[in-house]
Amino acid sequence: MTTSKATTSANTFGGIGGNLPRPDGTLKVRGEFAYSSDLWLEDMLWGATLRSPHVRARILGIDLTEAIAMPGVHAVLTHDDVPGEKHYGLDRRDQPVLAVDQVRYQGEAVAIVAADHPETARRAAKAIKVSYEPLPPVVDPAWALDPASPPIHPGGNVVRRQPVRTGVFLDGPGAPPADVVVVGEYEVGMQDQAFLGPESGLAVPAEDGGVDLYIATQWLHVDRDQLAPCLGLPPELVRLTLAGVGGAFGAREDLSMQVHACMLALRTGRPVKIVYDRQESFFGHVHRHPARMRYEHGADADGRLVYVKAEILLDGGAYCSSSLAVVGNAASLGAGPYEVPNIHIDAYGVYTNNPPCGAMRGFGAVQACFGYESQMDRLAAACGLSPVEIRIRNAVSEGSRIATGQLVDTPAPLAEMLAELAAMPMPDLPAERPGPDLRDLPGGVSQTTRGEGVRHGVGYAVGLKNICYSEGFDDYSTARVRVELLGGKPHVLVHTAAAEVGQGLVTVLAQIARTELGVANVTVAPADTRVGSAGSSSASRQSYMTGGAVRAACAAVRDRLAAHGPAESLTEILALTGPIEETREYRHRPTFPMDPFTGQGDSHTQLALCVHRAVVAVDVELGLVKTVELAAVQDVGRILNPIALEGQIHGASAQGLGLALMEEIQMEGGRVLNPSFTDYLIPTILDMPPMRLSILEHPDPHAPYGLRGAGEPATLSSTPAIVAAVRNATGLELPRVPIRPEHIALT
Amino acid sequence: MSIRVNFTVNGSAESVDGVWEGESLLYVLRERMGLPGSKNACEQGECGSCTVYLDGIPVCACLVAAGQVEGRSVRTVEGLADGDRLDPVQEAFLECGAVQCGFCTPGLIVACHDLLARNPAPGDAEIREALAGNLCRCTGYEKILDAVRLAAARRAPRP
Ligand code: FES
Ligand code: FES
Repeated sequence: MTTSKATTSANTFGGIGGNLPRPDGTLKVRGEFAYSSDLWLEDMLWGATLRSPHVRARILGIDLTEAIAMPGVHAVLTHDDVPGEKHYGLDRRDQPVLAVDQVRYQGEAVAIVAADHPETARRAAKAIKVSYEPLPPVVDPAWALDPASPPIHPGGNVVRRQPVRTGVFLDGPGAPPADVVVVGEYEVGMQDQAFLGPESGLAVPAEDGGVDLYIATQWLHVDRDQLAPCLGLPPELVRLTLAGVGGAFGAREDLSMQVHACMLALRTGRPVKIVYDRQESFFGHVHRHPARMRYEHGADADGRLVYVKAEILLDGGAYCSSSLAVVGNAASLGAGPYEVPNIHIDAYGVYTNNPPCGAMRGFGAVQACFGYESQMDRLAAACGLSPVEIRIRNAVSEGSRIATGQLVDTPAPLAEMLAELAAMPMPDLPAERPGPDLRDLPGGVSQTTRGEGVRHGVGYAVGLKNICYSEGFDDYSTARVRVELLGGKPHVLVHTAAAEVGQGLVTVLAQIARTELGVANVTVAPADTRVGSAGSSSASRQSYMTGGAVRAACAAVRDRLAAHGPAESLTEILALTGPIEETREYRHRPTFPMDPFTGQGDSHTQLALCVHRAVVAVDVELGLVKTVELAAVQDVGRILNPIALEGQIHGASAQGLGLALMEEIQMEGGRVLNPSFTDYLIPTILDMPPMRLSILEHPDPHAPYGLRGAGEPATLSSTPAIVAAVRNATGLELPRVPIRPEHIALT
Repeated sequence: MSIRVNFTVNGSAESVDGVWEGESLLYVLRERMGLPGSKNACEQGECGSCTVYLDGIPVCACLVAAGQVEGRSVRTVEGLADGDRLDPVQEAFLECGAVQCGFCTPGLIVACHDLLARNPAPGDAEIREALAGNLCRCTGYEKILDAVRLAAARRAPRP
């Protein structure tokens, strides 16, 4: 059910615009694709990790005697054994490879073991005796803001405070007069990326004293930049190759088992594999920052925004990870894709003794979107306007400025998208069908209702996401393209370090090479560190950045071919020249830091929009929600591969549904209560509704082919659209996600 | 305390030595028999990524103790294609874009294979019910539904 407004380029030989199948697809459907957890070497050992049971504690001593004595155990290591730097981290190097003298969250790694069977390794880890002196933790992010709270790291608990001030708020906090003012407080729970392929990898010691690591990650080079110093090795002795990645969604931006596996391999002289189980996975990666937000919106009597005030508090947990950038996003995107003359935002990220939080699809923009979109519905009600109308009246368009003062200098057809969304046909409402199919009702086949007590609701939301890295980051990607004759026919080899995490990048890079070089036969080489950095498979940036790099390298190859004159065929030229190879780096338009006091600055290179409409059926007596349909309109600039693109929008919408209705890491005093798929629920096929998509192509002249990054925006808008629909059905305020049945039924 | 387990895998009789009593069928397939196609996303029976046929019935291999398969017959995702010829379910998954990271794919393909064997023309509600035990984090399931519909249409006997 997808319609595409604009035309895509005709696809004659597998170039961009076509529905090319994934090159790794056959292996994947046959069960023969090698994920990081599938790797195996004859003499390999298994690693296991001992983690802290305490939320915050001093380590008084570690006794390894019993673990070392167990048969089958080859190494038991602690922080004393870290060969180089003891800390790593993305934004700040504040996270210990293995806890040094204290633990700062439940699940922090304390010691590691290598043994000849995974069960032996786990038992040996359990046999390590650590004596702890528990300390009172800081688990309330609001307390962490208080300078009197006990500091978790030197320098205090505020990781970043980013104000945004425009209009009258440049002179002070007093709000300008407005006919209508709405205030709301909102909360977002801690969401987990919950990729299916667990953290895993295989480290193989090399004869030159270095190590080869086969790893599922999002960014090989930034892993190496953190690994090599911790291992005390020069970077060239730490070689990484991407193993099969079973999903990522941000959770593989930070290191997990990388240093541990390499340490054990270097110590034992044997290959070491580490595979987390699901429970350990919940402790082994960062999560989405939980947020508490207070929003105040003022508008004139026609519903046009006069001002937005917001406070956004993000709980970064025990280590910094990417909190600095997450706070930047929440602040710069915190007023949403609306024209607002006066803005006063304060976004904070704090350290607490909760699990560390960092990247997850949507990255700081998701939390703010739930806040500002909830507010727009309140405002619509207060002004007597429809949810669609209030958004259209305030929508940004090309030529608008967002909260940072940055000019929207590429198409931003938000009003058009909303109009199209509102015009989409509505689905049948299940409880209104005669003799309803129970499977379409809340509660499904558990037969909790036959339609009685079921109310329907419709909700709308929009989202604004930055694409690529922001705030002055030197964001680039590298591609090497080689053209040669293989068996007498031209063949192109594309080599980058970009991580294929499931999104279909390998398909798209080959399509780009075909389009640029007119050669059908293209292979994408395995990603590794023998070529320059591609940057992260994050921020919806790889089609843009590594796609841009491949295009540039292809153009360089074309230039060399052109020197041989147009008359000769490619085969003839290559027969003369031999292989032609070119490597290029690609950078997007530069971005700039946000002003520390006003937040002003051109901090983003590209902005993307998505809008959602949700239709729900709610059993108001039991508090059960069934999403009946999700409809979305997204502008992607240019479609490179329709099926892969739709898959991104579907998947992003599903993760937004999860945040709206079920997904939360539940905490008590800093302890995680539900680290399993039994208790942390992600949407099943029964939870997901049919999804109706319309994909627009308004090219961004600054981006390769005019494309706009597409992996994240739908994650933003689906959550508030679903919540708005449930509010519409129930009349409840529902200020917190995920909505639990008791929020609906027990009020 | 290790045991030997004899069973049939994808049609061939196998005998595996040195199996610990606590090992699951999933572990034995993946780590002792070189058949890592069945996946290990939760090892708690919650995700379906390890789904295999045991005597023709789909089960979560992570919940089956290795000793329990003695003398029985197991068919894994690696045993569905006929040489180079993919099973229609595998083909449909590829064509419809039902595969992203692919970690859920082996389990889903076995589950869909079973569904279509039992019910050659399932409606959407039946597809959803049959696949409710298979988690996918990437696709939102739309393309998976497309794939099952396509595979069913292709397998349907011509009138
Ligand atoms: S691994 Fe067996 S059900 Fe998840
Ligand atoms: S394709 Fe990644 S989990 Fe389904």
